[in-house]
Amino acid sequence: MSHIGSYEERIKNFSWSIAEKELGYKPGDVINIGWYATDRICRQGKAAKAALIHEGFSGVERRYTYNDIRLASNTIGAFLHGLGLKNEDRVCLFMDRIPELYLGFLGILKIGAIAQPLFSAFGDESLFVRLSNAETSAVLTQKKHVFKVRKILDKLPHLKHIIIVDHDGKAPLKEREVAFSLEGSKPVEDLECFPTKAESASVLHYTSGTTGMPKGVQHVHYSLISQYLTAKWVLDLQENDIYWCTADPGWVTGTSYGIIAPFSLGVTQCVLDAGFSTEAWYRFIEKNRVSMWYSAPTAIRSLMKGGDEIVKKFDLSSLRHLASVGEPLNSEAVVWSERVFGRPFLDTYWQTETGCIVISNYPGMEVRPGSMGKPFPGVTGTILDPSRNEPYPAPGKIGLVGLKFDWPSRMRTYWRNEEAFQKKFRNNWYITGDRARMDLDGYYWFAGRDDDIINTAGHLVSPFEVESALLEHPAVAESAVVSKPDPLNLEVVKAFVTLKPGFAASKDLDLEIMNFIRKKLSPLAMPQEIEFVDSLPKTRSGKIMRRILHAKEWGEEIGDTSTLENE
Amino acid sequence: MEGLKDVILQYVTKEYLEDDSEPLNFDTPLISGGIVDSFSMVSLKRFLENRYNIQIPDDKATPEAFDSVNKIAVLVEEFVGKKG
Repeated sequence: MSHIGSYEERIKNFSWSIAEKELGYKPGDVINIGWYATDRICRQGKAAKAALIHEGFSGVERRYTYNDIRLASNTIGAFLHGLGLKNEDRVCLFMDRIPELYLGFLGILKIGAIAQPLFSAFGDESLFVRLSNAETSAVLTQKKHVFKVRKILDKLPHLKHIIIVDHDGKAPLKEREVAFSLEGSKPVEDLECFPTKAESASVLHYTSGTTGMPKGVQHVHYSLISQYLTAKWVLDLQENDIYWCTADPGWVTGTSYGIIAPFSLGVTQCVLDAGFSTEAWYRFIEKNRVSMWYSAPTAIRSLMKGGDEIVKKFDLSSLRHLASVGEPLNSEAVVWSERVFGRPFLDTYWQTETGCIVISNYPGMEVRPGSMGKPFPGVTGTILDPSRNEPYPAPGKIGLVGLKFDWPSRMRTYWRNEEAFQKKFRNNWYITGDRARMDLDGYYWFAGRDDDIINTAGHLVSPFEVESALLEHPAVAESAVVSKPDPLNLEVVKAFVTLKPGFAASKDLDLEIMNFIRKKLSPLAMPQEIEFVDSLPKTRSGKIMRRILHAKEWGEEIGDTSTLENE
Repeated sequence: MEGLKDVILQYVTKEYLEDDSEPLNFDTPLISGGIVDSFSMVSLKRFLENRYNIQIPDDKATPEAFDSVNKIAVLVEEFVGKKG
């Protein structure tokens, strides 16, 4: 029997107090995610239960019980406290998916500081804008990534400590750097968690904007309530599950459902910190007897590319429930997974700003392949008519996905950018930026983005950020960045570039610019295609019309060109 | 194709390896070892196509085929051979 039981019954009788009661929380109490995810589980008699099974690049496995993660997060928390870090300080996690990332996240929360996870493949420019905006006090990182922090250190006066978690003593530490070894530290048995309250800031995730620089999405400790309940009802995490969330905690799925939810439910989860390969993934499921698997459409499509035959080489009979997140899950992938794994991937929909799943398919509810599903009980969704910013009176039409902004894990603001936060609302509806339609039975069907943001393999890339970085290349005069359809990643980044005098288009320049962006921003932001053009379409006032370039890439109608410079 | 593996090794080391990393050899896992991710694989493929004047079809450019210098060399030789 699934935890949710009947979706319709849950809708009728829903209150977030269901989660509050299960977690033993009463309004006004102290609520600290770090404590709920470790100490509380130990107090329930599960101290010896496996919490984290970690396999690294080299195939080395490390196992942690709930008591181990309690002690490890205490130890990291105490170390940070000893450096003078305190509640509300921003502490960045800039690491691969090593155990210290998961344990450090909890340690940061325990001392009341704000965890700021950043994707370890970010280049120095991406890192700089995020650390600078958050006025981050400390960075936890690895020796393989510290060189990127060193490059920008002079421009970060607020950054006081760079904590290297795997320093081996071979190279000397530099300015503001300090070594920390979890395995070499004496475990801290008792750490007094900072008495954070429901509205105390917990996590700061950066997300891409259409026109401005990345914005810090600020979450609070009360987010636990809906992260816990959505994981229980949608991911259906059960006491004996072995759970595998394939997301990197540099992104919100990796923290909401890769740390907070599974640990607060006392579930055993495993992590594979290795690059993608079909065989390695199936081997990992077989070896760990994974029963609940939360992954992403790009990964699922990559597995589909690997074919059906390879699946038969592995015993994947432990899988009992599959779900997907990050981008729309195409119906072919749903049908394929049902054929080869005996069960469909259920699509879930949410964003960094929502903090938890808000629209989803549920265990036991009819799956309509290709659909986003229905709003989670307690979440009110609608399709807004963009011309009136009011819900359509009847289903069927494509409009803006709007949500009543009132569930526990919704973002509270953009970090020091309340103006941008307020712009996310129309007529008191939170505007997700996605377009969809609703069918007669209340299922939502994704139709596309309502802005220029590029969704590549489930990660949002800002065209503005890529264009700005392109202009720093010595050969680039002007640039425009749009999405381009891609069968594997849904969309990829494409750049249109005009060159400065003295530079000529060539294959070598194309590759040089690609690598320039990859290192400066991230591999995700690297244009997978660069088109050298003589000029870019602009309005008479000189604004580049991305819309025209986007329409050409997607084979769509170009629309109104009356403001075009050369018309 | 003399020096093919050395050329690939040098390029990967220069473009994808970070400071203080352990040196690569021809069998070091690149994709499964986390040195080159699936997005960065696109620029590595582009380098090979430019350098050897070949076209590697997307269905051949799999993470498995790019997982070591030795495997990449086998792939490149296949297409250089077809060209000739």
